[in-house]
Amino acid sequence: MLLDYTSSAHYVLALLPEVVLSVWGMGILVAGVSGRHQGGSGQELGWLTIAGLAFAALANGWLYFGVVEETATAMIALDRFRLFANWIFLLGAGFAIIVSLPYVARQRLQAGEYYSLILFAAVGMMFMASARDLMVIFLGLELMSIGVYALAGFNRRDRRSAEAGLKYFLLGAFASGFLLFGIALVYGATGSANIQVVADSVRGGTAVGALMGPGVALLAIGFAFKVSAVPFHMWTPDVYEGAPTPVTAFMAASVKAAAFMAFLRVFLVGLDGLYDQWWTILWWIAAVTMVVGNVIAVVQSNVKRMLAYSSIAHGGYLLVALVAGNDVAAAGLLFYLLVYTIMTIGAFAIVVTVGNQSESNSRIEDYTGFGWQRPLLGLLMTVFLLSLAGFPGTAGFIAKYYLLLGAAEARLWVLAVILVLTTVVSYWYYLRVAWYMWMKEPEAADGPRAAAVTPLATHIVLVIGVALIILGGLFPGVALDLATGSVDGLRQAVGEAAAAAAAGP
Amino acid sequence: MLTPALLLSAALFVIGTLGVIVRRNAIIIFLCIELQLNAVNLAFVALSRYTGIEGQLYVFFVMTVAAAEAAVGLAIIISIFRHYETVNVNKFNVLKW
Repeated sequence: MLLDYTSSAHYVLALLPEVVLSVWGMGILVAGVSGRHQGGSGQELGWLTIAGLAFAALANGWLYFGVVEETATAMIALDRFRLFANWIFLLGAGFAIIVSLPYVARQRLQAGEYYSLILFAAVGMMFMASARDLMVIFLGLELMSIGVYALAGFNRRDRRSAEAGLKYFLLGAFASGFLLFGIALVYGATGSANIQVVADSVRGGTAVGALMGPGVALLAIGFAFKVSAVPFHMWTPDVYEGAPTPVTAFMAASVKAAAFMAFLRVFLVGLDGLYDQWWTILWWIAAVTMVVGNVIAVVQSNVKRMLAYSSIAHGGYLLVALVAGNDVAAAGLLFYLLVYTIMTIGAFAIVVTVGNQSESNSRIEDYTGFGWQRPLLGLLMTVFLLSLAGFPGTAGFIAKYYLLLGAAEARLWVLAVILVLTTVVSYWYYLRVAWYMWMKEPEAADGPRAAAVTPLATHIVLVIGVALIILGGLFPGVALDLATGSVDGLRQAVGEAAAAAAAGP
Repeated sequence: MLTPALLLSAALFVIGTLGVIVRRNAIIIFLCIELQLNAVNLAFVALSRYTGIEGQLYVFFVMTVAAAEAAVGLAIIISIFRHYETVNVNKFNVLKW
């Protein structure tokens, strides 16, 4: 089906996944405050939310396989990059909700608000990936961020959660200010906030340099905050440690993925013509992020904090793809974010279980002997950790390999070497958790933890996650083809716009 | 007219940034962030004289977002005030800042 926007129904169809999720989120909100669910465990609301995500994923699949976009300049892109990214966000939100189900019930959180905030945040992420207009990126970013600020501070009875919420809110809003000022300056320099128009203007040399330079710098700072790249990462460990663990999983995986999608589209499509000017800055940020993230993760004694630094380090790896700026790296970034979503949320799911559906037991000593007490969960955690470390045979390895391939094509040898060396460092802290789980004898039998309740649904989802990671590690072809095909559209659109601009005057 | 307006906007933005860095009261920090957003609004309005009407439209988006942010942000500040009975960010130190 061809969407040419002749009828207003086409606008709704082009936004179908977002429309489904928004309406669903409002429905969940209403259902949550209606008397029937008050005081309950909220399980049925959680499953209802997952049904909404499934419908959105179906709508997204229809758009991916059945719909062609006519124009490449609309504010909302209908390219495969966006739709592939949407699947990653929906998967991340679904996993996060499955992990949340027992947690929300045990902590007695308001289920309706919790699940609808996750849905609204997911809508914001989808807008960030689909935006072909800087202002839409800003609105999507805020829709996502405001939802996640509230989620981070959601457990009001917990002082750490409130503290995490405040820190995330203040620094997140601060970063949004930078991003917005960058948008204003780029808009002033090129006369439009549309990414295609910005790209043409930059290539055509009509952008006002005095505004463009600071604008690009401010955009880079704003995005670097959101992906927690190193000079701007101070908030990450505190917020990840203090927020409710399922929310941390959602933040570490999906929020970061969304920020990278927007980062990629703005810098590789919109500011492609200025690549020579921004790549050195991002080069340094990527290098410092990989080194600092991995080195500080080594000395962490709290597993949630360790995973926070690990997520910073993964942000560094992903920045390598941005610096490389070619098709291989962009496809690698999509594939990496897909794999990263699964393995990060999987690892946090085990952290929730060890923590007994609360915020306790997050020190590494608490993992002593966990593998022998709960062999299945221990095994799953080990696979997630190995995949995070990029062990051969797991999807994490293939993902890193493709980032390296992209870096090699762009001849970023030093960055590639840093990536490999820091990966070796990361083996230490990932395997240390596995060592505690399997090799260390527990000092005393831990009754409560061994009896920790993990619902069947969590087990099933984690097993599926591990199966995907191993399948992706051994036979990455399908997912990689999908990722490569999704990026094709992105770069082609640039080429066409450039060709049109060249043919015009 | 464009240059003075943009310089004023940049000056306001810098004041807001410095305020966020220097001040320790969570509500003042939040107001400094609002100052940053309004500095950007000024830039949008000034630029829209030369680039077309969109700049003025964006101001409305930013104002709406700022209002939503204020609602959530003040709620978060109240919820942390219940735990600490202060809004001084230096006192929030359960997590290593």
